[in-house]
Amino acid sequence: MTESPSAGTPVRLDEVRFSYERTSLRFDVSFQPGAITAVMGASGSGKSTLLNLVAGFEVPESGRVLIGQEDVTNLSPADRPVSMMFQENNLFAHLDVERNVGLGRSPSLRLTNDDRKMVADALARTGLSGKERRLPRELSGGERQRVALARVLVRNRPVLLLDEPFGSLGPALRADMLDLLRDVQSERAMTVLLVTHQPEDARRVASHIVFLEEGSVVASDLTDNFFADGGPEAFRHYIGEKITDSARKRT
Amino acid sequence: MEQRISAGRLAIRDLRVVAGGVALAIIVLLVGGAFAGLAVEGIRDFENALAAFDSYLARIVWFTLWQAILSTAFSVIPAIAVARALSRHRAFRGRGLILKLFALPLALPAIVATLGILALLGRAGLLAGPLSSLLGGTWPGIYGLSGILVAHVFFNLPLATRLLLEALDTVPQDQWRLASQLGMGPGSTFRLIEWPAIRSALPGAAGLVFMLCVTSFTVVLTLGGGPAATTLEVAIYQSLRFDFDPTRAVTLTVLQIGLTVAVMIVLGLLGARTALDGSLSVAPRKFLAIGPVESAVNSVVILIALALVAGPIAAVLVSGLKADLARLVLDPAVHAATTTSVVLAVLSSSLSVAMALSLVAARRAVSARRGWLARSFGWIAGTGAGFVLVVPPIVIGAGWFIMLRHTGLVFAAAPVMVVMVNAAMAMPFAIRAIRPAYEAAGERNDRLCAQLGISGWNRARLIDWPALRLALATGLAFSMALSLGDLGVIALFGSDSVQTLPFLLLARIGSYRTDDAAGLALLLGLLCLTLIFLADRLGTRGTP
Repeated sequence: MTESPSAGTPVRLDEVRFSYERTSLRFDVSFQPGAITAVMGASGSGKSTLLNLVAGFEVPESGRVLIGQEDVTNLSPADRPVSMMFQENNLFAHLDVERNVGLGRSPSLRLTNDDRKMVADALARTGLSGKERRLPRELSGGERQRVALARVLVRNRPVLLLDEPFGSLGPALRADMLDLLRDVQSERAMTVLLVTHQPEDARRVASHIVFLEEGSVVASDLTDNFFADGGPEAFRHYIGEKITDSARKRT
Repeated sequence: MEQRISAGRLAIRDLRVVAGGVALAIIVLLVGGAFAGLAVEGIRDFENALAAFDSYLARIVWFTLWQAILSTAFSVIPAIAVARALSRHRAFRGRGLILKLFALPLALPAIVATLGILALLGRAGLLAGPLSSLLGGTWPGIYGLSGILVAHVFFNLPLATRLLLEALDTVPQDQWRLASQLGMGPGSTFRLIEWPAIRSALPGAAGLVFMLCVTSFTVVLTLGGGPAATTLEVAIYQSLRFDFDPTRAVTLTVLQIGLTVAVMIVLGLLGARTALDGSLSVAPRKFLAIGPVESAVNSVVILIALALVAGPIAAVLVSGLKADLARLVLDPAVHAATTTSVVLAVLSSSLSVAMALSLVAARRAVSARRGWLARSFGWIAGTGAGFVLVVPPIVIGAGWFIMLRHTGLVFAAAPVMVVMVNAAMAMPFAIRAIRPAYEAAGERNDRLCAQLGISGWNRARLIDWPALRLALATGLAFSMALSLGDLGVIALFGSDSVQTLPFLLLARIGSYRTDDAAGLALLLGLLCLTLIFLADRLGTRGTP
């Protein structure tokens, strides 16, 4: 399940402190290189803030953000080796699918023939061939996230952050998207941080889980260990009923 | 390398702040310059300025307030009945048309509407004959206080109706369902449901109408005048254009500013809204049982209001079409005025939209920053700039007029003054058109652009222009209409060499060339309505 560390880029938050309105957060955590880590925790526990710190949308008050061997704490979001997918608004509403993906190659949309080839390949990989000219409003919710994923492919950055990207999709569609994500991740050996509320999502694709509570990491382990009988107390409390439910079904 | 990148990012952000700063500086210069002109004159001739406080002045202040009080009462109280009638009858044919018609008076230039009222109720108006035989004797024409009141009610009854109707529309569906289930009659529905909603909106609506009437210039200039019916603004104009008495103008201006500030404070205390926008939803069905008597009463109320609004508009149309339009179109003076109007309107609306966009962008640029400096700059760029509306155009014009009069530049400065003042006055409305689109686009695109490294020219070209062009066009059309129809600063600075259409229209009314005036009013009215209609269409297309 776990890939060898040399295959991916390590991501580390080193004694990072950040405060927002009245909550203060403190993160000191390393993520498994070249693997999918599910970032979980109750609402307001700081999951999105953690992702924003890695992406560069928030700047820590103290501490360092390390990606690979580099200290990226003061780099702008575009200069970090990171792609990010949001829950919505991943696409520019007035640009068609091909151009939305093309922006991942060139922020001025001046594309070379090689760029166009990469875009076409990425669209084929995500099952969007033939929809190049569609506008985002002409796509389903799942298709829009596929476009965003295609852009992640053409940007080709070693780290991918996903903030509840499939939260608004139905169960079957979500499972499809997660499988696609897992395939894409293993092809490129990307380091992926996936924020999700669904334990089954974590079980499906994540090899590791990082669990947050009130602005800091309280548990970090293999997914299997989280769901095993001796899993972390806070996590068991968080998913509480679901474990008892599945336990009841098994008996 | 890292240093350079973050410095570059800051510079891009600062460009927006710099643009906002420039826009604010223009406004401060415009208003501050006017105040400086007034202050210098007041101090230089302090004794005379003080001596200008005489009984005549007291009469003017009294008349300013009195006509505003009466106008407000005659507009807002009937508006309660009209709004209620329109709110209870949701589905009759033509209701949508009536609501659209009620939006027209505010879109029409004041000089055009005033002419419409004269064409209907003036001594030689369309209704002069019937009124003469009805009342016996000769109809003297509607001038003075009664004329001012009719005009103000024409503008403000529909406005108040729309505001109150909006308040009634906020009553939740379930309350109407409940009312009908409990079998409430019209009386108890009014007392228990409708009146509370109306009452909450009443101070705001009345305050806004009062403010508009206190600062009304064109209507009073055209229909009032003379010692018996002059307001402060018209007195300022007369003291500068006819009496050449700048000291007196200073005193009047100071009073006018004091009065506006006082009214604003009272309005603020009453929690009044100063926004004119707000679209009326397509009314959902209500569950009301309305008896035949109530139905008849409501119909009469709506018909009277309709006649009041449609009458002057129809009169503009009828008398305008009777005028010799062909000759007007060939008149070189009309050509010159039209060209001047259009050029000035294009310049001032472009400046207005540029300033509005700068302020909106600057506000967003600092909104994420912490610290009191960024926060107060954001407040000034966002809310503070709207206070430019508190300073009437005539006051700004008067200040600069007084300052420039020694230089011999007064009439040469006319185009500059018209462009600047109209741009500043239209700016709050342009901001209202642009800000929602800009903020929404920012919410949606800022993080994505930062993530993908789209910035500067790329961002303007690929992302911001497509998202904002409709809003910008709306702002442009709206401020162009305001500028085209404006008769404020141009009344002070206009001359034979620099005339706009409203100025020419006023001159033709003044020299009793009523036919010409009617034709010009039709022309100007159509021009402005077209622009407003365009702004409205673009605006609704811009907000999905």
